Amino acid sequence: MAAEHQINAGFIPLFDSAVLVAAREIGFAAREGVDLTLSRETSWANIRDRIAIGHFDLAHMLGPMPIACNLGLTPLASDTIVPFSLGLGGNCVTVSNVVWAGMAAHGALPDLDPARAGKALGALIRERANAGRDPLRFAVVHPHSGHNYELRYWLAACGIDPSREIEIVIVPPPFMADALAAGRIDGYCAGEPWNSVSVAAGTGHIATVKAAIWRTSPEKVVGVRKAWAEKHPEALSALLRALHHAARWCQDPANRGELAALMAQPAFLGLHAAVQMPILSGHLQLGGGAERTVEDFFLPFDKAANFPWKSHALWFYTQMVRWGHVAHTPENLAIARDCYRPDLYRSALKPLGVALPGANSKVEGALASATPVGSAGASLVLGPDGFFDGQIFDPDEIDAYIAGQKLARAEA
Amino acid sequence: MIRKSLTVLVIDENHIRASIIEAGLREAGHEQVTVVHDVAGIARRIAEIEPDVIVIDLENPNRDMLENMFQLSRVVKRPIAMFVDRSDQASIEAAVAAGVSAYVVDGLRQERVKPILEMAISRFNAFSRMARELEEARSELEDRKVIDRAKGILMRSRGVSEDAAYTLLRKTAMNQNRKISEIAQSLVTAAGLLDPGES
Repeated sequence: MAAEHQINAGFIPLFDSAVLVAAREIGFAAREGVDLTLSRETSWANIRDRIAIGHFDLAHMLGPMPIACNLGLTPLASDTIVPFSLGLGGNCVTVSNVVWAGMAAHGALPDLDPARAGKALGALIRERANAGRDPLRFAVVHPHSGHNYELRYWLAACGIDPSREIEIVIVPPPFMADALAAGRIDGYCAGEPWNSVSVAAGTGHIATVKAAIWRTSPEKVVGVRKAWAEKHPEALSALLRALHHAARWCQDPANRGELAALMAQPAFLGLHAAVQMPILSGHLQLGGGAERTVEDFFLPFDKAANFPWKSHALWFYTQMVRWGHVAHTPENLAIARDCYRPDLYRSALKPLGVALPGANSKVEGALASATPVGSAGASLVLGPDGFFDGQIFDPDEIDAYIAGQKLARAEA
Repeated sequence: MIRKSLTVLVIDENHIRASIIEAGLREAGHEQVTVVHDVAGIARRIAEIEPDVIVIDLENPNRDMLENMFQLSRVVKRPIAMFVDRSDQASIEAAVAAGVSAYVVDGLRQERVKPILEMAISRFNAFSRMARELEEARSELEDRKVIDRAKGILMRSRGVSEDAAYTLLRKTAMNQNRKISEIAQSLVTAAGLLDPGES
């Protein structure tokens, strides 16, 4: 029987494409009448180009990428919307052994504490500057990425100016570990398994993690060409329901072995299944024999992980403004706000009777503990979601937040 | 008016394809062509060469790194934009389908770039076609080898002629709606299991 809906999607071989992969391979898409074709891509630029010319209807994207597209910050940008998030967390900051030794000499401990690690890194950076040495070079995967913004946020909150005191370059995730080992970079922020790969090779230490910098923070999303979404609302709804079921399956610890084996296949990550376990369990080897279990390290489903919060899009926007990617104007703010589409998520999932958040936006960093929220009768738990520096992002007070972060940078 | 000939940088990890592109550019009268296979140290190369046009294959995972670099003025003296503006949808589609992309110095007139892009697209397509044909020829040869071995097994074990062995394979393939080479491969595998000396 032919499927009702044909959908072409692109993905990058990263673990957080798992929900899309499971939707197809475990059969959730087929059950919703969706014939989902997945095409593996080698760069985010390719994803953007193939969305723009219609090869893909939707794709695995970095959370800020669709916003950057709609703001016209990238070539070949096409109107892209986000009706679904592919998970929270999953990234680490890894540094070379030399940098880790320098940080340890200034008080860093293998406990992933962002404040302690950042303070030590700052001391090391100043020590190097006084000795007339070149600034440290960190890599991220893309300028418009959660990685770039969380790395910069962490450093700035620790009194390091990421635009002047270090250099930030772009390296594709699969090349990170090699670049670190070869000394071309001194550290990087990337998703798993690309941090554990360096630790396993004995060439890097995990200094801190995304989940510690900002717990339950947004990462990858499903970016959909707006023109396609408007023309095929039923296909999109069917796919979102399939992704919901796939995400729940990915979150279930009982499926970890099967999911790791699935992602290990050459068509997806092509890496040994054992390498996928740290992201699934949150149990990380940090280097030098230290290990740590991180709560909420990566959430593909729990804590409303799939809900495309407008406050997530708006936080990314504030960071684009902060680092000079875009000017803060009412028009740009409106573009960022309209990019994430919780309305589409709600209307697709409503027939399932599952718990949905009551609002489209939330005050980020406000929940000190796990808090039940959501529609009557169904259970949904959010938080804790704090920023490590205790800051609160209230999307209704965006001007004050932007003004405040500029001050923080100038004082640094 | 004499116009300075354009400086073109080709970034392609595939050496054969890169040389095909380079030859095409030279035939079209572009003397200043540089080919780079490895992006290590690419920033310095770009600063030295100051290319007007950069041609890159889409399989290259470093596109994100390059695009970011093009936006940083301290690396490249002149801003570099993507090859076509939005009005030329057909060119974009043809390029992406062929697996090639290009970046040009801002302000360079589109009619000067278009022949370069078109040449790159046609050479990329020609290369893909060649690679496909090579792959087909290779797998055809493999198929023929395995069919010959399967025929040999049938001739020995059932005492039939070569023609009869082939007919048997073909009939089985048709009945099972599979390729003859698949049936032959199954037979060779099974024979190997039954008699380790056979395969």
